[in-house]
Amino acid sequence: MDSKLHISVSPHIRSKKSTKDIMLDVIIALIPATVAAVILFGLPALWLVIACVASAVLGEALFYKVLKKELPIGDLSAVVTGLLLALNLSANVPVWQAVIGSLFAIIIVKCFFGGIGCNVVNPAITGRVFMLIAFGSMAQSAFPLDSVATATPLVELAEGNTPALLDLFIGNVGGCIGETSALALLIGFVYLLVRKVISWHIPTVYVATVFLFTLAVKGDLTVALAYILSGGLLLGAIFMATDYVTSPSTPWGKVIFGVGAGVITVLIRFWGNYPEGVSFAILLMNILNPFIEKWTPRKVFGGQK
Amino acid sequence: MKKDGNLSVLLRGLLVENPVFVLVLGTCPTLATTQTVIGAFAMGLAAMAVLICSNVVISLLRKVIPDTVRIPCYIVIIAGFVTVVQMFMHAFLPELYELLGVYLALITVNCIILGRAEMFASKNSVARSALDGVGMGLGFTIALLLMATVREVLGAGSFAGIAIPFIKDHTIGIFTQAPGGLLVYGLLIFAVTAITQGRAPKKKSFGCEGCPSAANCSACMGKEEA
Repeated sequence: MDSKLHISVSPHIRSKKSTKDIMLDVIIALIPATVAAVILFGLPALWLVIACVASAVLGEALFYKVLKKELPIGDLSAVVTGLLLALNLSANVPVWQAVIGSLFAIIIVKCFFGGIGCNVVNPAITGRVFMLIAFGSMAQSAFPLDSVATATPLVELAEGNTPALLDLFIGNVGGCIGETSALALLIGFVYLLVRKVISWHIPTVYVATVFLFTLAVKGDLTVALAYILSGGLLLGAIFMATDYVTSPSTPWGKVIFGVGAGVITVLIRFWGNYPEGVSFAILLMNILNPFIEKWTPRKVFGGQK
Repeated sequence: MKKDGNLSVLLRGLLVENPVFVLVLGTCPTLATTQTVIGAFAMGLAAMAVLICSNVVISLLRKVIPDTVRIPCYIVIIAGFVTVVQMFMHAFLPELYELLGVYLALITVNCIILGRAEMFASKNSVARSALDGVGMGLGFTIALLLMATVREVLGAGSFAGIAIPFIKDHTIGIFTQAPGGLLVYGLLIFAVTAITQGRAPKKKSFGCEGCPSAANCSACMGKEEA
């Protein structure tokens, strides 16, 4: 009954979906990746997920308690932030670092800017970049239980070796716990598309841009395929570049966002100091988002042609 | 303008009008020299020495300096004292001189010192200007020490170079880097604003009324009462 009597400013777009439903769908879509992470990396991955989710939820609760405001925990967005951050960490990150990163993401990136819907940049991505700069811990990567310890796929690729595509697809390679299994991430992508939680524009354009740019630079189809299956590209493109608050709302805006993120990712991968550029690319495009929204205004229904 | 008591002139620099956290002046040295507690302390004391001396001299000369060329005059006076402090440190405290590097010379353009010359010393008696210099200098030093304590303890796991057990194994490197400096700065401004709420200077003094050159400024002629 409450949701039917809700009054807000125009435009009045009717929908039965609430923030909570959308966040629940995102969590469901992340389950395959989370399960894959725990299977591939074992208990440390599980501890990281629990620590990040718990500290994100508790951190938000604490912030609103101190400010004596109503708790918005029910919308589940803190759970999504915590879960995404955890999936973006490598399995050997100590739990105390994960907790600090998670609290940073929730309190400083989200709550300080006004809470859900007001944050300028994606909290999970910013939390990851914070941890990368603060601890450098993502650099030393952990490996799945049953694989030989080698460098992460991106480092191998940089050295000229192409890992087996099947391993990359299933996730039997080194890297952050949630990013290695392309299969699990794609299952989540299909679920989000079917549930109409996200549109196809950003993930597809983002990945396609990275693929074409890599193909143009390397000139080899297998290598280009390996590059889009490696690192945090799929996780970032599907789950973090599509964040409603920090990505454009029109189709053309989304295309611009995807192309921009793809170009920056490849630039950092090939010519930057870090092996992986997905989080920086999404963060930079988040900052450009208000300008993209301005360039691609929504056509007003009944307005001038 | 109502004159504040001498005690308030001395004390307001500490918190209510803290040059770093409330007036937001001198941010460059605040961010650049607060990686270590020792560096911050040395910077605070050096700037305080220059501030007191320049406040006194500018106040002495306030009736002599022509209004139109006052800024170059202030800079010359400030630069003179900075050179004295710099040579003194080079001679007697060479380690600190090396540590502070270019930031020692940059005290010349520290906006706290020029700001106090313009806002206070050029309109007040010598004694009050000296008090203002002490208060603002202490406020600056305390602010730098606070920043440096947070940054060194969290970022390097030590205080004034002495390692702290437990924390030294759990350092957060970002705090010794520039982004961490900005982060700590923002959080401390937040904390100070929360503490001084209601006692901070009213916003209106930042308009034409608060501008020291209002009397000669054509842009605000006739608007003074507004």
